[in-house]
Amino acid sequence: MGNFSNTFSSSLGKKLVMSLTGLFMCSFLVVHLVGNLQLFKHDGGLAFNTYAYFMTHFPPIKVVSYLLYTSIVLHAIYALVLTMKNKKARPIGYAVTNGKANSPWTSRNMGILGTVLLVFIIIHMNTFWAKYHWGGVPYKKYVIELQNPEHVQVTDLPISSVEPVHTDAVDLQSGSRVVIAKDLYLIVQNAFESPLYVAFYVLAMAALSFHLIHGFRSAFQTLGWDHKKYIPLIRFIGVWGFGLLIPIVFAAMPLFFLFKTFS
Amino acid sequence: MSGHMNLTLKVWRQKNENDRGGFITYKATDISPDMSFLEMLDVVNESLVKRGEDPIYFDHDCREGICGMCSLYINGRPHGPKRAITTCQLHMRSFSDGETITIEPWRSAAFPVIKDLATNRAAFERIQQAGGFVSVGTGGVPDANEIPIPKVIADEAFNSATCIGCGACVAACKNASAMLFVSAKISQLALLPQGQQERYQRAQAMVAQMDEEGFGNCTNTGACEAECPKEISLTNIARMNREFFSAKFFKEEEIR
Amino acid sequence: MELNAKIPEGPLASKWSKHKFNLKLVNPANKRKYTILVVGTGLAGSSAAASLAELGYNVKTFCFQDSPRRAHSIAAQGGINAAKNYRNDGDSVHRLFYDTIKGGDYRAREANVHRLAEVSVNIIDQCVAQGVPFAREYGGLLDNRSFGGSQVSRTFYARGQTGQQLLLGAYSALNRQINEGAVQSYTRHEMLDVVVVDGKAQGIVTRDLVTGKIESHAGHAVLLCTGGYGNVFYLSTNAMGCNVTAAWKAHKRGAFFGNPCYTQIHPTCIPVTGDHQSKLTLMSESLRNDGRVWAPRTPELAQRLRKGEIKVEDLKEEDRDYFLERKYPAFGNLVPRDVASRNAKEAVDEGRGVGGSGIAVFLDFADAIKRLGEDAVRAKYGNLFDMYYQITDENPYKHPMRIYPAVHYTMGGLWVDYNLQTTVPGLYALGEANFSDHGANRLGASALMQGLADGYFVIPATVGDYLATIGPKPVDANHPAFAETTKAVKERIDKLLSLKGNKTVDEYHRELGLIMWEYCGMARTAEGLAKAKGLISALRADFWKNAIVLGTNDEMNQSLEKAGRVADFLELGELMVDDALNRSESCGGHFRVESQTEEGEALRDDENFAYVAAWEYKGDNVAEALHKEALVFENIKLAQRSYK
Repeated sequence: MGNFSNTFSSSLGKKLVMSLTGLFMCSFLVVHLVGNLQLFKHDGGLAFNTYAYFMTHFPPIKVVSYLLYTSIVLHAIYALVLTMKNKKARPIGYAVTNGKANSPWTSRNMGILGTVLLVFIIIHMNTFWAKYHWGGVPYKKYVIELQNPEHVQVTDLPISSVEPVHTDAVDLQSGSRVVIAKDLYLIVQNAFESPLYVAFYVLAMAALSFHLIHGFRSAFQTLGWDHKKYIPLIRFIGVWGFGLLIPIVFAAMPLFFLFKTFS
Repeated sequence: MSGHMNLTLKVWRQKNENDRGGFITYKATDISPDMSFLEMLDVVNESLVKRGEDPIYFDHDCREGICGMCSLYINGRPHGPKRAITTCQLHMRSFSDGETITIEPWRSAAFPVIKDLATNRAAFERIQQAGGFVSVGTGGVPDANEIPIPKVIADEAFNSATCIGCGACVAACKNASAMLFVSAKISQLALLPQGQQERYQRAQAMVAQMDEEGFGNCTNTGACEAECPKEISLTNIARMNREFFSAKFFKEEEIR
Repeated sequence: MELNAKIPEGPLASKWSKHKFNLKLVNPANKRKYTILVVGTGLAGSSAAASLAELGYNVKTFCFQDSPRRAHSIAAQGGINAAKNYRNDGDSVHRLFYDTIKGGDYRAREANVHRLAEVSVNIIDQCVAQGVPFAREYGGLLDNRSFGGSQVSRTFYARGQTGQQLLLGAYSALNRQINEGAVQSYTRHEMLDVVVVDGKAQGIVTRDLVTGKIESHAGHAVLLCTGGYGNVFYLSTNAMGCNVTAAWKAHKRGAFFGNPCYTQIHPTCIPVTGDHQSKLTLMSESLRNDGRVWAPRTPELAQRLRKGEIKVEDLKEEDRDYFLERKYPAFGNLVPRDVASRNAKEAVDEGRGVGGSGIAVFLDFADAIKRLGEDAVRAKYGNLFDMYYQITDENPYKHPMRIYPAVHYTMGGLWVDYNLQTTVPGLYALGEANFSDHGANRLGASALMQGLADGYFVIPATVGDYLATIGPKPVDANHPAFAETTKAVKERIDKLLSLKGNKTVDEYHRELGLIMWEYCGMARTAEGLAKAKGLISALRADFWKNAIVLGTNDEMNQSLEKAGRVADFLELGELMVDDALNRSESCGGHFRVESQTEEGEALRDDENFAYVAAWEYKGDNVAEALHKEALVFENIKLAQRSYK
């Protein structure tokens, strides 16, 4: 065990933690993005709300979600510890520095970008995740005709003292599928009616973009996965996938609702 | 033959390790663009001596870019504005007439300033002493051609081995990390067959010593690679990480 | 005092092995009772310190740089010779021996040179085992290249940074011993005197260059591995810090100085651009493998070129004089250094020089680029071309390089016997600091070989003999000699610090350099040397009156450091001139204008000068005494050197 804790308290061990937690969060981003694409569906939130229920109740996913929370916390704590150590390594700074001459801006500002993202995650989780769990979210009832799944009848359930039970069942008599689910979709829609809130989201996604343009590739470098044969691929995925595509699609979601509100 | 350039120098002056130090401004006049940067400082020093003032102390020796002694942080960059050279190889033609040049020592907790622009880089020595060698004594070794080494491997090892240990990587890094230096030293011997016997203990020992010296941590900005006078590449750091993690998680060897 | 070189009896090829058997050994348990002081940590010093520590001795190393690995051996570019015959081109130990003796113009000891050739093969093995990344071929085996003065390819190399790689190898061996506690490394320490107790060297006095503290260190033997004295010329390819102080102090304490006038002027250096210049940069001799040396055929063409009326490219083939190829068809551009340098000087003296100053000739790669392609040339010499470009701001792939000879190496040095011991018992000199193996001219890629031979293989065997003789009783650091020597050092420092004149130490150094270059450089005459002697002694007298030395002893004081070194150069310079004056023959790098063949080659006078001139210090401002060690050639027939 001595050797083990020794490993993780070493400089390289700390970086390993940063790298692994970072990459794990990247993989989560992909899943999160795919799931959230349901928001773009014109089904009154049926698909999204079903997905939300699945993500919060399917046991293996729950395990993964705890891993994710741990990753976020570890990533932030180790970043803080490393930054403090790095500051200590240069107690007297330079009078003149010219960082842009030798390194990209993103790589030198991971701490600031990361802090923006941490604030974002806290606000984001407070707005949706906390509300979903404890915030008295109203329920919706969806009746889908099995013959014609395009036809969905949506009704808001009244808010009452007795919380409705989540249901997803097929009523053979009426030939329809009945879903009763927490209407997270509504929360999303309401949240993104505020231009200020949307702006914050877009800004955060810009931070995510810059953070990942450096972070994704950097994580592989830290792991020592470096070979001229596949480094170009990693760079490509890092810049175009994680640096651009993912943040842009994420940013499109709040904008989508904002435009819907105004149009 | 004197030249036509006139420059303003803002130079860090510090009497000794305990002195607080500060910038002093000097004029350098009639500088020839063909002078090296250090020759320009020689001219300034010569005039200081004539006036009875303590000349500016800076480390230098070979003046041909190989000993690794010179170490000036010029206008925000180690070894000045040009790539892949040391301070002694920098010539005044890289500056323009009338320019103000700020000259600072390497800044790192592990490299304390001992006077003016000179620092104590003994931390680098201790890291190499911790394991940067192959444990063979003089005599009794096999014939040099007994173990063939693929040319690509020999060349790659050479690329790592060209490190002159000047410390520009530490100076350039926003975290004052020494990982480019340490990784180059680890890489050279990790690549060669002669280094295999102690490969994993070496990686652990040298990283441990590096941590003890108080260098910062790598955040993969690449500044070190960009400023390295010998163009040591970041691949070395990836390799060091690989060596270290392999050693810690998959190998028997421990620090002796 | 009779000089005894202690050359073993018997046939040449078995002298060394027989000698090793006859040397006394120190019992392994007793080795730890001995302390050896190693001054200088270049190839000779690092390799000696590591090897001795491996044997079990306590070792202390001293260097003025901030790390042992920064010693100037690191700047050697081209390579290291070894008689491996990996090329199957007819090389052998005897051929390396022969080439070295001949290259040195028959002014080196046969026995020493043969030993050097013998151990050369072990050096390569040792370095490879340490992880030195020598250049290799695609089959994985070691590559070789050719160097001047030989017709076989026996030079091992690591791109243009062979010295660096070899030094890092020796330094890594040293580090291993430091790590094990067998070696204590003192950096930023300059040796300022030798402590001689009852006629034996038993310690040194050093100055800590950071704090100014004067310390004495006691040891059973002192090894001076302090390099050469080329900086007496001010401009040389040596590092700025290279100095003669350690060797000179040893000389003043009784060590004879051998052949001080033998200096090597290296043909391929980047020409001087102005009087601001602080040092000269060498371009490796390996460049002469593919580069062709030439000058315009006539002074008129050269003048038009200098004035910019015509361009190099405009010069027709018949207007280019490839003078080395013309005069020495057998060796061509790969003649030894002294020959190449002298011919370049000749071309310039004839008014055929090029470049702004007219003091340069061309080194042209156009043919090689045409033959091999630019990429192949870059792969071989890329770092040298880059270096040239950095300094001159001129692209050598497009235009021929301009080169001119510059002071590079000093074959002379402290006189040592076959055991590398000086005339002071217990005081040894290794590497460039001694005079022993290169005669009057050193062949390319032989300096690294000699430094490592001395350090790895010779001294570990020979020092034991002396140590066994004196026995393992501790050195008495309280002996009055330590206090006396320390006092002398302090007094000299005080004297230097009292100089508050009006001329900087650098000015004196530059002036000395000009005198040396003018009168004791590539061509020497009795008249010029006599003049130089007067000039130097006047300059020295002036130095001790009018130099400016600032600050105090108790600080980092470069003014004081420089002053001490230049003061010693001012004394050495005069001895060099004396030696050059005494040797009225020409040999190797020592060219007396009065003694040349009809074709202008160095003309030796074997009858009167086949000896080593070993000079004995007799006191300040007293002429030194000359001792002669006759050179006996039993295995080689002395001949006029010819590379035609």
